[in-house]
Amino acid sequence: MLRNLIKLCFVLLALSHAAAQAQMTVEVRGAGRQLIPIAITSFPGEAALPVALAQVARTDLERSGQFKIVDASAAAPVPTEAGQVSFGDWRGRGASYLAIGSVIPGADGKLTARVHLMNIDGSSEMGAFAFTLTPNLARVTAHKIADEIYERITHEKGFFNTKIAYVKKSGARFDLIVADYDGQNEQSALTSREPIISPEWSPDGSKLAYVSFENRKPQVWVHEIYTSRRTLVSNSKGSNSAPAWSPDGRTLAVTLTLPGLSQLYAIPANGGEPRRLTASGGIDTEPVYSPDGASIYFTSDRGGGPQIYRIPAGGGDAKRVTFSGSYNVSPKVSPDGKTLAYISREGGQFRVAILDLAGGGQEQKLTDTDKDESPSFAPNSKMILYATNVGGRGVLAMVSSDGQIKQRLTVGGADIREPAWGPQGK
Amino acid sequence: MKRLVLLLICAAALAACSATPKTQAPITDARPATSGGGGPSTGEIPRVNAPNADEELMQGVLAKRSIYFDLDSFVVKDEFRPVVEAHAGFMKRNPGRKVVIEGNTDERGSREYNLALGQKRAEAVKSMLRVLGVGETQLEAISYGEERPKATGHDETAWAENRRADISYPR
Repeated sequence: MLRNLIKLCFVLLALSHAAAQAQMTVEVRGAGRQLIPIAITSFPGEAALPVALAQVARTDLERSGQFKIVDASAAAPVPTEAGQVSFGDWRGRGASYLAIGSVIPGADGKLTARVHLMNIDGSSEMGAFAFTLTPNLARVTAHKIADEIYERITHEKGFFNTKIAYVKKSGARFDLIVADYDGQNEQSALTSREPIISPEWSPDGSKLAYVSFENRKPQVWVHEIYTSRRTLVSNSKGSNSAPAWSPDGRTLAVTLTLPGLSQLYAIPANGGEPRRLTASGGIDTEPVYSPDGASIYFTSDRGGGPQIYRIPAGGGDAKRVTFSGSYNVSPKVSPDGKTLAYISREGGQFRVAILDLAGGGQEQKLTDTDKDESPSFAPNSKMILYATNVGGRGVLAMVSSDGQIKQRLTVGGADIREPAWGPQGK
Repeated sequence: MKRLVLLLICAAALAACSATPKTQAPITDARPATSGGGGPSTGEIPRVNAPNADEELMQGVLAKRSIYFDLDSFVVKDEFRPVVEAHAGFMKRNPGRKVVIEGNTDERGSREYNLALGQKRAEAVKSMLRVLGVGETQLEAISYGEERPKATGHDETAWAENRRADISYPR
């Protein structure tokens, strides 16, 4: 009896531990990588907000794998205007850039976050920008600040104000989750007793297409996440799966099994008659459009094992794309069209690999995790989100497109799978 | 003496158990319902249990619904032929019954590719049922891929258990 009680205590302890917040561990590899040293002071006035803007922005920039955060806590008083910045001091601390700011209450109850970005090496101000906010928008605002800093310094778009979707399995329950890119602000768009797989964002970020087994067979649904309106768009006899949006958002490529084997079809995104795209003697599945809408990449075992092929978006002759290894699946094209990410099996391990589409077709393994699944690119093509396995449970992970930065996101207790990175936020 | 009492209780319990199926037999109760001409005499209303084809499905080889496959294989092995044949016979005797064949795979690899592999297993069973004379409209082959594992382990024993197609009779 006592022993059982002790056991119960341990279980409860484990559960309470599992319920802890989402946590991201960042691991930067590759000594040759040049990181940009930047300092971000705390913003006077941000104590009125539920999160410190400066801290969220620092974490974002560090996570991008392009920046190294320089400690700014020694600066006193904290500068809030460009004229108060002592360039020599910041050079001494090793910073090449500095962001300072403040949060100022306005007459209408709204707040304004003002930021100055300084080029320390050049002893100049790069620019100033401001966002109005209410306290509940603190996190989004901090991501926007980080995006501004990132873009002004690297001349590339940031990806901090973006959403991701994934499926969370808790016991017998499946949730389709929408969260910020860092796993914060998790919200369930759909709960089901049956599996959900393959969520894919519409190009405008307002809808998710996915496969739900709620009617005891795989069917493709389109779900407007902000109105929760759902449409069953593909319910052909047999299995319906693997939805992929065309870049104009009007067509979905799907996998149907009308001929017996899994083959690719195109359907209108709001439902309608399927039009066949492939006619092979093997499995054709996991379609994905190229960003220009001209081609569809997909997985096929027409040549034996599964490899990635490409066809014209309207159907036609298939060209094989991957050649090394005997199992290459789950293709995704980077938004800039230059890189193909996919899962490659080697020696029983499933890892994220990339292939240079621009020239040469060089194939490269990116990760050293195992059981990797479902890669998808950040809107700026610099990072790849994927699911991997730690201790028998699915977790989210990210790797930079050059393989140098690896990070893992653990969301307490649950089994996470099928992540999909949403488009650029507005 | 004590032992005898215990033995008697056990015997009574066993007798009760073996008696239960009889109370569910549908045919014996079905008779009085058809002889309803004379109107009520005793005021008692006899209950009718609808005949249940599922009872036949619970018995003998029809109770077996799973066909297991070898690794990377989509061929129905000879040892499962009697199972598929028995179900083909039942389906032909019950042409109104819809049947779903659900393909499954082990957990390794892409979920969508596994869905397609599971479909191949379901289609293999469906093809055999078609050859045995079951109508196309009665049959639907679908796949759960790796999503509904029967065995949740991460070893060869569990994987073998999950490489299968199930014959399902939805109500």
